[in-house]
Amino acid sequence: MREMIVSELTQAFQELARGFAHFLPRLMVMLIIAFLGWVIASLLKFILRSILRLAKFDKLSENAGASQLLNQAALPSSTELLSRFVFWVAWLGFILLGVSVLGIVGLQEHVSKFFLFLPRLFVSLFIFFFGLLAASFFSRAALLAAVNANLPAPRLLSISIRTIIIIFVLSMVFEELGLAEQTMLLAFGIVFGAMMLALSIAFGVGGRDLARQFLERRLARRKKEEREDELSPL
Amino acid sequence: MAEESVLTDDFLRQLINVGEVDILVGLPTYNNARTVGPVIEAIRAGIVKSFPRERAVIIDADGGSQDGTPDLVTGASINDVRHASNLYALRTLHSISTQYSDTPASGTALRTILAAAELLRARACAVISPDSTTIEPEWIPRLLRPISHEDFDLVTPVYRRHKFEGLLMRNLLYPMTRAIYGRRLREPYASEFGFSGRLGSQFLGQDVWRHEASRTGTEISLTIAAITGGYRLCQSFLGPKIHTDRSSSDLVPAMRQTVGTLFWSLEATFPAWSTSADLQTVPTHGCEYEVTQEPVRVNRKRLYEMFCSGVGELAPVFSSILSAGTLAELQRMASLSEGDFRYPAELWVRTVYEFAASYHKSVISRDHIIQAMAPLYRGRMFTFLGENRDASAEEIENSVEMLCHEFERLKPYLLEIWNGRE
Repeated sequence: MREMIVSELTQAFQELARGFAHFLPRLMVMLIIAFLGWVIASLLKFILRSILRLAKFDKLSENAGASQLLNQAALPSSTELLSRFVFWVAWLGFILLGVSVLGIVGLQEHVSKFFLFLPRLFVSLFIFFFGLLAASFFSRAALLAAVNANLPAPRLLSISIRTIIIIFVLSMVFEELGLAEQTMLLAFGIVFGAMMLALSIAFGVGGRDLARQFLERRLARRKKEEREDELSPL
Repeated sequence: MAEESVLTDDFLRQLINVGEVDILVGLPTYNNARTVGPVIEAIRAGIVKSFPRERAVIIDADGGSQDGTPDLVTGASINDVRHASNLYALRTLHSISTQYSDTPASGTALRTILAAAELLRARACAVISPDSTTIEPEWIPRLLRPISHEDFDLVTPVYRRHKFEGLLMRNLLYPMTRAIYGRRLREPYASEFGFSGRLGSQFLGQDVWRHEASRTGTEISLTIAAITGGYRLCQSFLGPKIHTDRSSSDLVPAMRQTVGTLFWSLEATFPAWSTSADLQTVPTHGCEYEVTQEPVRVNRKRLYEMFCSGVGELAPVFSSILSAGTLAELQRMASLSEGDFRYPAELWVRTVYEFAASYHKSVISRDHIIQAMAPLYRGRMFTFLGENRDASAEEIENSVEMLCHEFERLKPYLLEIWNGRE
C-alpha cells in the first residue's frame, strides 16, 4: 500500500516535472517573443514619432481640429498619441503571438480574431482622422464664403457643416469597426433626418414671414449695393 | 517644347499659314461679343497706322465663348478699317482664333498667345483686354513701339483712373511689388501690356505652368519674371481705363488672381528679393499717373460692417495666420465706432506681410488665407476712402507714396517672419 502511494506520488511528480519541462521552454519562448516585441514596438514608436515630427503631423492635426479635441480631453499631442498607440498595438500583437505559443486551448481563436481586427482598426482611425480634416476644411470654407458674402450667422453655418460631417464620419467609423452597426445607422438616420426636418419647419413654416421679409430686404439691399460699390479693385 | 501641349493641330495649321511675323497682338476672350468689335477695330487701326510695313497677326485665344466672339474677331475685315480711317497696310494683317479650352482661364490664354508668338518668331507682342471699351488705336504703338524701336522687353500700362478705382492696386499690389522687387511699376498686374519675343520665350520655358496658380493671374508672374530676370522694363501711358466686366471686379476672385499669385511668386523668387534692396525708377512714356475726381457713391458703412463682422467671425482663422499682437490690434479696432475707426498704414503692411509669410508656410489652405484677407482689405479701403475723400491728385499720390515707404521700411519684418515664427 505504502509502496503504491509512493509510486503514484513519484509518477505524479514526474508527470508534473515532465509537463513543466515541456511548458518551461514555451514560457521562455513567449517571454523572449514579448521582449523582442517590446524592442520592435519601441523601435516602431521611435521611427513613427520621428516621421510624424518631420511631416509636421501636429500642424496637420491642429488644422483638422483633432489637437483641440485632444487638449480638451487632457491627452498628449497627436504625434505622441499615435506613436504610443502603434507601440501598444505592436507589443500587444507580439504578446498574443507569444501566448499562442503556449498552446492554451481556446486562446488561439481569440488571438487570430485580434489580428483580423487590426486592419479594420487602422482603417477606422484613417477614416476618423481624414474625416476630421475634411470637416475642418469644409466648415472653414463655408465660414469664409459666408463672411465674404455678408450672410447672417456665418459661424452657425460653419458649425452645422462641421457637425453633419463629423456625424457622418462617426457612423462610417462605427460601421467599419462593426460596433453596433444597425444602431449607429439608425441613429445617424434619425439625427440627420431630424435636423433636416427641423430646418424645413424652421424656415418653411415657423419663419415663413421672416424668410419673406429677409429675402425681400436682402434682394433689395443687393441691388442697392451693386449700384453703390462700383469701384473696381484692379 | 512648351507649345506642343498648348497648340491644337488646327491652330498650328493656321499659324503655319501665317508664317513669321514682326508684330503679334493677343486677345484672351470669353463671351466678349458685346465689347470685342470696337477693340478689334482699334487694334487693326493701330497696326495699320503705326506698323504698315511690319508683318502682323491678331491671335484670339478663346475660353469657349458661346456668343460668337471668335467669329467677330476673325470676321472683321481689314477693309472696314481702310474705309473708316483712310489707311493702307502694305502687308496682309492676319486674324486667327483658337479655342484653348471649354472653360476660361487667363493663364492658359496667355500661354497660348506666348506659344504662338514663339512659333511665329514675333519680335514685339501685346496683349489687349477684349473688354477695354476705352481703347484707342494709339494704345498699340504705345505698347509695341518701346519694344520694336527701343529694345525694351516689357511695357506695362499707366491708366487715367478715378481716384477711388484700383484700390487693391494702390494699397497692396503696387506698394508691395515695389518694396519687394525694387521697381516703381504702377500696374504690376495689367490687362494690357507689351512684351518682347525673348521675354515671352523665356517665360514660356519656366515651370510656372505646372502649378495651379498659373491658371489665373499669370500676368503678374510675367512682370515678376521680367524684373527678376533683369529684363528692360518701361511704362506707357494709355489713357482712361474702365472695367465693364463685373466679375473681374469681384473682390475675392480678384484677390485670388493678383494677391494669391504675388504671394505664390514670392517663394520662387526668394533669392532675388531677399538680397536686393535698391529702388529703381522705371522709364515712363507719357505721364506717370493721372487721377480723375468725379464724385462717386460708395457705401463706406458696409465696408466698416464687413470688416468688423469679419474680424469677429474669423478670429479662429486669423489666429493661425496673424501674430498675437496684430490680431489683438485688429480686434481692438473692430470694437471702435465707425467715426473712430482707422486702419493705419503700418498695421496694414504688417497684416499683409504676415499673410504672405503664412501663405508661404501653408499654415492653412492657401486659398482660405487669401479669402480671409478680404474683410481686412475692406477695412483698409474704408480708411483710404475716408482719408482721401476730398484729396487732390497730388494728395492721393502722396498717400500712396507714404504707404510704399511703409512697405519698404517693414521689408526686414517680412524677411524675419518668412522662415522664423512658426
